[in-house]
Amino acid sequence: MYSPHTDSDIEAMLATIGAPSLEELVRVPDAVAIAGPLDIPPAVPEMELFAKIARYAERNEAVNYTSFLGAGAYRHYCPPVVMSLAMRGEFLTAYTPYQAEVSQGYLQAIYEWQTYVCLLTGLDIANASVYDGATALAEGAIMAVNATGRRAILVSQAVHPNYRAVLRTYARGLELDVEELPVGPDGATDFSNLDVRLADERFAAVVVQSPNFFGSVDAPGEAVRASAAATGTVLIGVVAEAMSLGVLATPASWGAEIAVGEGQSFGNPVAYGGPYVGFIAATKAHMRRIPGRLVGRSVDNRGNEAFTLTLQAREQHIRREKATSNICTNQAHCALVATIYLAAVGATGLRRAAVLNLERTNELAERVVAIDGFARAFAAPVFNEVAIRVPAGLKAANVLAELQRHAILGGVDLGRWYPELADCILMNATEMTTHADIDRLCVALRGVAGVARSEAAHV
Amino acid sequence: MPQPDGLLYSKEHEWLKVEGDVGIVGITDYAQNSLGDIVYVELPQVGKTIKQFGSIGVVESVKAVSDLYTPVGGEVLEVNKALESDPALVNRDAFGEGWLYKVKLVDAAEREALLDPGAYDALVAEGTH
Repeated sequence: MYSPHTDSDIEAMLATIGAPSLEELVRVPDAVAIAGPLDIPPAVPEMELFAKIARYAERNEAVNYTSFLGAGAYRHYCPPVVMSLAMRGEFLTAYTPYQAEVSQGYLQAIYEWQTYVCLLTGLDIANASVYDGATALAEGAIMAVNATGRRAILVSQAVHPNYRAVLRTYARGLELDVEELPVGPDGATDFSNLDVRLADERFAAVVVQSPNFFGSVDAPGEAVRASAAATGTVLIGVVAEAMSLGVLATPASWGAEIAVGEGQSFGNPVAYGGPYVGFIAATKAHMRRIPGRLVGRSVDNRGNEAFTLTLQAREQHIRREKATSNICTNQAHCALVATIYLAAVGATGLRRAAVLNLERTNELAERVVAIDGFARAFAAPVFNEVAIRVPAGLKAANVLAELQRHAILGGVDLGRWYPELADCILMNATEMTTHADIDRLCVALRGVAGVARSEAAHV
Repeated sequence: MPQPDGLLYSKEHEWLKVEGDVGIVGITDYAQNSLGDIVYVELPQVGKTIKQFGSIGVVESVKAVSDLYTPVGGEVLEVNKALESDPALVNRDAFGEGWLYKVKLVDAAEREALLDPGAYDALVAEGTH
């Protein structure tokens, strides 16, 4: 039996906070308590219930919309073999097995995931995954803080706004300063002042995302790498769209000591905010600071290959408040899906899929900017997302609302996070985007632009 | 096993050897034996000023990660580089080759809070940990 507190523990805690009993502590005051039975309709036969839920599901008409939404969550094709294998009963468990070594198959799968993450990022060591890319960034920042003993993080404003928000949430509790680097007119991070910012050796890390939130390739150059190295600042590379690693240079190649990001694109569908699969990889020098679970390959007492959880002595069940992190959870099943996806498509398939993303996005951008009044917001090369400026006098939000009337989700209004970009839409195209999708979008956008012009003419 | 003479000891099982104004610090044979196979030692940065009994690093064995509390304060002059590639030196020779770091001593009075070999022997015999 698992008994977290003894009766005397509980009494002592109640006495400390002045509560008479556990029942009193959690008692809902009469003023807000629901009196009588809950207002739930009576039970119906299962067949009827399915029919009813199917009718509800039909009201989700947006599932049939043509979508150009991205911004950290991406629609990609998933070969049927992925779910056929991943949904096998042996892999479905409510939680990480506590006697992890019993589950050799799972540990092997996680070990393979770690290997893929190392191959894709170019770094030495990766963990078993964390909740999502944003969490991975926050944990990566903590690694840099622990490595350097410094208490500030410098992060590009072109890093995903949600990732930066999660980073700030972590930073508040840990009393870390988070400062930002501006974005230049080309849509990539402006590093021109970096030398000065890093000079006082106050920053544990400088955080850059590529492709960045605007879709632009934002891998820092040699000068950034040199400034970071000269000041002992850890370069953290964020990859919010793992598919990009099929064609773009690895974070390690542009100097990242720690790479963090989101692996949802590999076989995991987009579904109302998750679940996601965050990854963390680092150079060997940071090995003992990587949070969460790590699977290692070893041999058992009969000399057979065996997989085992390793470096556990730093996790919270052993090291308590001094653990490297409070994260013990990994997204085992999401990482398994991603692993099977990568195994199924292979290096060649991944490259082909990534090239398709690139081609469709270029086609999307070319077709949209050919419409009178629409233009690329930034000149920097992109992977599978592009920021489009709408015609003068229009707001992104109005254009998107108009597109929705045509059953098109046209993208994301950048004004939500960047008020100065309220006339810009972030549009995404993947291998799932068809030429016909782009045709439909362009027809609708011509309509929007035409209406805007005629309205302007009337003013 | 009696504790080596000429050293001072902390209740946290570190030893201090004073050589002029330099203190050499390590963990005791009792400590390494309790920890088991040591796989990693994280030491303070050279040049850093540390305070007596402050937590300044960790010793990681296959079964636990334990804090290192310095028996004496001062500036860290040198760390034992050999431990980077061979942390098990601490297991093999805790009082010798397995030393951890050297400190520039600042306050001789700090040593009054440490134990002599006899007192440390008694502490270990008690089994206090």
